[in-house]
Amino acid sequence: MHEHTTDQLEEQISQWRSFLQHRQAIHATDVAELEDHLREQIARLAKTGLSADEAFLVAVKRLGKLDELSKEFAREHSDRLWKQLVLTSQDTDQPERRNHTDVIAALGFALVAAVLVKLPSLFGLDIDHDTDFYVRNISFFVLPVLAAYFIWKRGASRTTLIPMAVGLAVAAAFANIYPFVSGGSTETLVGLHIPIGLWVAFGMIYAGTRWRETAGRMDFIRYTGELFIYYVLIALGGGVLTGFMAAIFNSIGFDLEPIVGTWIIPCGAAGAVIIGSWLVEAKQSVIENMAPVLTRLFTPLFAIVLVVFLATIALSGHGIDTDRDILIAFDLLLIVVLGLLVYSISARTPQARPGAFDVLQVILLSSALVADAVALWAIVSRISEFGFSPNRVAALGVNVILLVNLLWSVVLYVRFLRGRAVFSQLERWQTNYLLVYLAWSAVVVIVFPPLFGYK
Amino acid sequence: MEINKDLIAASSTPILLATLAKQENYGYAIIKHVQEASAQKMEWTDGMLYPVLHRLERLGFIAGTWKAAESGRKRKYYRITPRGKSQLGEELKQWQAVDATIRGIYPALLRSFHPAS
Repeated sequence: MHEHTTDQLEEQISQWRSFLQHRQAIHATDVAELEDHLREQIARLAKTGLSADEAFLVAVKRLGKLDELSKEFAREHSDRLWKQLVLTSQDTDQPERRNHTDVIAALGFALVAAVLVKLPSLFGLDIDHDTDFYVRNISFFVLPVLAAYFIWKRGASRTTLIPMAVGLAVAAAFANIYPFVSGGSTETLVGLHIPIGLWVAFGMIYAGTRWRETAGRMDFIRYTGELFIYYVLIALGGGVLTGFMAAIFNSIGFDLEPIVGTWIIPCGAAGAVIIGSWLVEAKQSVIENMAPVLTRLFTPLFAIVLVVFLATIALSGHGIDTDRDILIAFDLLLIVVLGLLVYSISARTPQARPGAFDVLQVILLSSALVADAVALWAIVSRISEFGFSPNRVAALGVNVILLVNLLWSVVLYVRFLRGRAVFSQLERWQTNYLLVYLAWSAVVVIVFPPLFGYK
Repeated sequence: MEINKDLIAASSTPILLATLAKQENYGYAIIKHVQEASAQKMEWTDGMLYPVLHRLERLGFIAGTWKAAESGRKRKYYRITPRGKSQLGEELKQWQAVDATIRGIYPALLRSFHPAS
């Protein structure tokens, strides 16, 4: 008889365990922890005279409702299911139908973005001839549509909408009121920096009320990385498709080249932002977190290249040639290193103890910093010779911003390796730094043009 | 008397840190300990304890280690870190400030609630 009830209890517990394991926010170790709790509770209750059945029911009830429990775990461990969280924000009763409307909506919003890009043609502004206009305004055709898509998807409160709305208005005003010299550097710089600033503002819509939390911003960073990867994939596929299309139509005597340049590429590039976003949100289980995988792959390789580079400089005594574009090359290097850092942070369990990969990350960061310092030293010593052109000042500014970020990251990382700091500090540093990018892009858009005479 | 949910949520950090400051412990025992210390007035939903513990672990206030319990099962024990101790001091100061504020505003009323003191 006793044998029978323990069997039954074990079966109940294993059933409960499998229910728990199906929750994506609750990991195997959490299940083990909760199971230990459950078993001890059952043992206590059994001692007070409850039957195994009753003890099991009471113990399960005291643990809390499964939904609420998994929601609490999800709140704490949002990295485990950032995308699932997003998906459950809507009606979960009819997943089939919801997916269906989601596809249609994504296609619809993508179409709107594609049409908006061509809208200026109605007023005689053409991509080929009015490149200036497009350089300055391209963000205003795509980002509002993307924001609208997410607002449609999850709703938005007034507080999350205001930064984006204000950002759009301010950026649009400055981009079109300033009397830019056609084809000048400041105009290109403004065109480059508007999307950066607006992207951070868009993050407030994406993360919603969770923007105040590190986890919310981290989710936005994850989304950005995945979107970038999807976008590159779509662009590659699109390139192949257009190439084939042009070739086969050419064979029957139709020249598609004018249509490709003025219609297919701009419209496709705009629509792909929306489609990419929809893919990131919906297909999460197909390609789960590509950015961290690539990070794992390339962190060691970049570290090796940089260490060898530094060793070569030291051994050969060959300094860095202070070419005019050297700063931009090193800016790009720091951006890549920052990307490797951020996406390895985003995939890391903050509680995990320091490991070999963390040491590797520190090597990568420090060697990138040393290389950049060498390059900066070379360029700054000759900056008076080159002069302060807008491009050079912008490149220098970006370099300093990234250098500060990475320097402090190394400090935090080393402290973490030595057990003096926790990993979440590094995470918070990176997510808070998003606002610095916003501020810098505002400076470039608002201050640079008048400072350099709109040239 | 039951303590309301908001208050329980707000007080969970100092209570857990204080419990672990006394000694290293695991989830079930922590809950029992808190229930006894509060004379059964703090009613936590057992499962909710764990996400809170994980948050404190992430923030570096406590550290967890898996050990084998006497039953042979694996069990996760939590202990307070130096960082957690200084946080506990900070939290206690805040609670004392809240407590002092209430007492300062309504001394007579509080006396009427507790005729003995």
